[in-house]
Amino acid sequence: MGGAMAILSLQNVSKSFGALKVTQEVSFDLAPGEALGIIGPNGAGKSTLFNLITGNLRPDQGAILLDGRDVTGETPMQRCASGIGRSFQIPQPFDHLSVYENLLVAARFGGRLTAAEAPAHCADILRRTGLAALADRKAGGLPLLNRKRLELARAMATRPRVILLDEIAGGLTEGECVELVATICDIHAQGTAIIWIEHVLHALTSVVSRLMVLNFGRMLMIGAPDAVMAAPEVREIYLGIEA
Amino acid sequence: MGKTFTPLILPLLVLGMALVPVIGSRALVQDLFMVLCLLVLALNWNMLAGFAGLVSVGQQAFVGIGAYAMFASVILWGMDPLAGLLVGGLVAMALAVPVAFFTFRLNGAYFAIGTWVVADIARLAFSQWKALGGGTGTSLPKGAAQEMLGVATVRGLIGGSKAAAVDALTYWLALALVVVLLLASWAFLRSRMGLGLQAVRDNALAARAVGVDPLRLKALVFLLTAFGTGICGGLLFIQIGRISPGAAFSLLDWTAFVIFIVVIGGIGTLPGPVIGVLVFYGLERLLADYGTVYLIVLGLIGIAIMLFARRGLWGGFVQRTGLDPLPLSHAAPAAPAPTRS
Ligand SMILES: Nc1ncnc2c1ncn2[C@@H]1O[C@H](COP(=O)(O)OP(=O)(O)OP(=O)(O)O)[C@@H](O)[C@H]1O
Ligand SMILES: [Mg+2]
Repeated sequence: MGGAMAILSLQNVSKSFGALKVTQEVSFDLAPGEALGIIGPNGAGKSTLFNLITGNLRPDQGAILLDGRDVTGETPMQRCASGIGRSFQIPQPFDHLSVYENLLVAARFGGRLTAAEAPAHCADILRRTGLAALADRKAGGLPLLNRKRLELARAMATRPRVILLDEIAGGLTEGECVELVATICDIHAQGTAIIWIEHVLHALTSVVSRLMVLNFGRMLMIGAPDAVMAAPEVREIYLGIEA
Repeated sequence: MGKTFTPLILPLLVLGMALVPVIGSRALVQDLFMVLCLLVLALNWNMLAGFAGLVSVGQQAFVGIGAYAMFASVILWGMDPLAGLLVGGLVAMALAVPVAFFTFRLNGAYFAIGTWVVADIARLAFSQWKALGGGTGTSLPKGAAQEMLGVATVRGLIGGSKAAAVDALTYWLALALVVVLLLASWAFLRSRMGLGLQAVRDNALAARAVGVDPLRLKALVFLLTAFGTGICGGLLFIQIGRISPGAAFSLLDWTAFVIFIVVIGGIGTLPGPVIGVLVFYGLERLLADYGTVYLIVLGLIGIAIMLFARRGLWGGFVQRTGLDPLPLSHAAPAAPAPTRS
């Protein structure tokens, strides 16, 4: 029973690469409009979990439900159209398209907007993500920081109901981080559910209401951020502090 | 400048080209007919390789299929050669479905080899077709081209012999194909699907993540270009009047030269094939008497461009001048979006 209320539900999902178990029996429900944070050491399987949710990888076992509907066999395109948007940890811009066109593709395909509706939608997102001044610049020439912004903006352009953000705050200055958090809060305030993988803890906890800890592909804990961070096993494993 | 430049120069150029059968010699008309047909093939191949990332070296399959279907329509089913053209395009497109089914499982160099193998199988298969002359081929029935729809009208228009009228008509059809293809390519690339195609070319992983289905778009381009290539095959062989498996499925004539044209002109750019075909024609006039040397020079130029000017002559021109009379880009809306409360 993936919870009739959940917008996204993972049921006992497992994935191995050969002998390496990168995802082990992960189950959780995401409520509509909820913001969930994911933390865990490098190689814990965080990005893999996103790839399973978006359909870039097929689980060896378990099911993924969207609005209670089993989408485990669906392609990334279908899942995007059903409302899952994502950013990539390593930015994947369309190099020869402009920043605006990067968003336009997302709005026309995943966002299913018409030629008349899409431009205003994209312009709005460009402004909210601080990319408006770079709109007609080729995406391939952007520095890393703006590539990460573009990842976020393009994911937003697909008009997702669940947006998956993979380490978009790394390397930002304090001021930029505050801006980013404001943008994500803004997305959240519009009712979009968020799953955010982040190493920058203070940014993460200022947005999410629940925190999940992944370790060796296993869900170690999930719950209120304060309680999770206070748990001895989390402190030991994630922060490398002996209890 | 780009904005006023294109709408003016293109119609003028087309008009000038259209006048060739009226004022030029028959030899010139026949020469330029070949050039226009190569351009049609180049526009199709550029769409395929330059925009859909499908680097096929087997497009001669669709030239041959289109040509044979046209011959079958005329000889076996008694149709007009012009109707045969359409049959040629449709049959080529229909056969592109199973071809795509097999070759789309292959990537990169394997796809290229796969398409070449398919084209050779097609050549062998058509040489078994006894009703169309088997391995030695056959000719269009006497007068079939000269009784063709439109020839009488053309003759009334420009006078001269029936044969000259056939040349003029096929020439105009080739010119019309070029214009239609150029405009259709431009419109397609600026459309939603064209944008998706460019996204796939840049990054297939990200394209999928924003809802673009790469396979669907590539298959669509593969089928459409098979149609265009098939029609061109039929048209070529109405003019040539005689078909054989070797000529209809020629890798050199219908694919290798075409690849050369697109690569020197600028792969993945719209005007690239036009520039490329001009250079190709110029070189041919200069070097045609030298036979093999001509082919070697073509090959060397092609390799030099691939190494030192990847986007070809047109790409280099755009880079240097910033001028692009056929822009594919979508400018961001200028006015600030309405603010949300
Ligand atoms: N396609 C793949 N094939 C084989 N192994 C893979 C593949 N993708 C990821 N892995 C391995 O799976 C493990 C988990 O990778 P993943 O990228 O999910 O970790 P992560 O938690 O996102 O790490 P990071 O914090 O460094 O981003 C790593 O050991 C990685 O090397
Ligand atoms: Mg990761």
